[in-house]
Amino acid sequence: MGIISRGFSGRRSAADAKLPPGQYLTTDFPVLSAGPTPHVSLDRWEFTIDDASNGEFPEVLKRWDWKSFRELPSETITVDIHCVTRWSKLGTSWEGVSLDVLLADVKTDLSYAMFRSYGDYTTNLPLKDVINKQAWIAFKFDGADLAPEHGGPARLLVPHLYFWKSAKWVTGLTLMSHDKPGFWEGLGYHIYGDPWLEQRYSGDE
Amino acid sequence: MWRVGTVVALHDETVTARTITLKVPDWPGHVAGQHVDVRLTAADGYFAVRSYSIASAPNSERRVELTVERLPNGEVSPYLTQELAVGDRLELRGPIGGWFVWRTEQTEPIQLIAGGSGIVPLMAMIRSRASTGSAAPFRLLYSVREPGAVFYGDDLQTLSDRDNKVSLTYAYTRATPKDWRRAPGRIDTALIADATWPSNLAPTCFVCGPTSFVEAATDLLIASGHGRDKIRTERFGPTGDRK
Repeated sequence: MGIISRGFSGRRSAADAKLPPGQYLTTDFPVLSAGPTPHVSLDRWEFTIDDASNGEFPEVLKRWDWKSFRELPSETITVDIHCVTRWSKLGTSWEGVSLDVLLADVKTDLSYAMFRSYGDYTTNLPLKDVINKQAWIAFKFDGADLAPEHGGPARLLVPHLYFWKSAKWVTGLTLMSHDKPGFWEGLGYHIYGDPWLEQRYSGDE
Repeated sequence: MWRVGTVVALHDETVTARTITLKVPDWPGHVAGQHVDVRLTAADGYFAVRSYSIASAPNSERRVELTVERLPNGEVSPYLTQELAVGDRLELRGPIGGWFVWRTEQTEPIQLIAGGSGIVPLMAMIRSRASTGSAAPFRLLYSVREPGAVFYGDDLQTLSDRDNKVSLTYAYTRATPKDWRRAPGRIDTALIADATWPSNLAPTCFVCGPTSFVEAATDLLIASGHGRDKIRTERFGPTGDRK
């Protein structure tokens, strides 16, 4: 236990039991981004899956434009989300396309993915963490089109990890044989980011 | 990994914001723009942690200054701004963050744009520039509600008076000092053209403040020709929370 802060009692609520360690509950939806918000027009939007295992130039395996992407079966997801800056938001409602749908015809031996975004953001994930109903490309939040500052037109949603992994303005993923750090993971944040293990910063167990 | 700092000074910046100076014996040093996590622990073991930007320049005395704005209904900020006393010990983790930072080897022009308490990490950059004798030209555009809401007013004036490579422009959104040249209002194209580096000088821009302020400021910078890759941002608060 830490040093007791004289006169501090804190605020506890019934919801705390549902929160990972060191998180607090918010009803707002805070925005954190490293740079300007990209405004991506739907007629230019695309999502690609490519394979980077054969050298410098990735081979494109799959490509969707907005129209073909939106024709894919989508689902409504209600999940808790946890930001590394310590806020958590419970019961958020999204609509998106499961990565299981997007990866359905992709045969690969590769174990890792680097998700890529408009605005040059990247984040790395083990492929096993984005299959089996664990990740979606979300395009609606609370029933409305996803706002640009929250990652619209579409963002990755991978709620079992800290929310920086849920890349805004996502435009694809690149399959890789080995894990390597994305944007924040190369700037002091944890390579994996499990909120229940409090894997916030590099060096956390 | 949690370090212990002792409060050596407290200073009220405004009626709602306080600067806390900590002496942290094992502080490893920091880079201007980084933040720390602060942990408060109750007698029964319950704890709460929040992140705060560092306001001080890196220094050899292992001194860390944080400026905390008291949030209505906050859990941690009311304690830090009202209860905490000189001599108390505070746990902190950090420094954290490697993106929204200014390093003293950077020599290009720097454009700082602050909204409200977003001034804190930018102040660390201005102080770091001064304490290392950097010649990098800095401009600060500081948007605040009213004159009484300004943090570090005297320090900013001193730093810009003594060095003509540091310029300071205030923009007031609600109330201005008497006879102020610009009516109260949000930052706009004319002010950006007037008070910030032109894009052809390719400044690195640091924008910090509430989300909607950062959205507006970065849109204005991009519209005046600045490259997206030259703009770094730090946002706080939810969507639409423009104060």
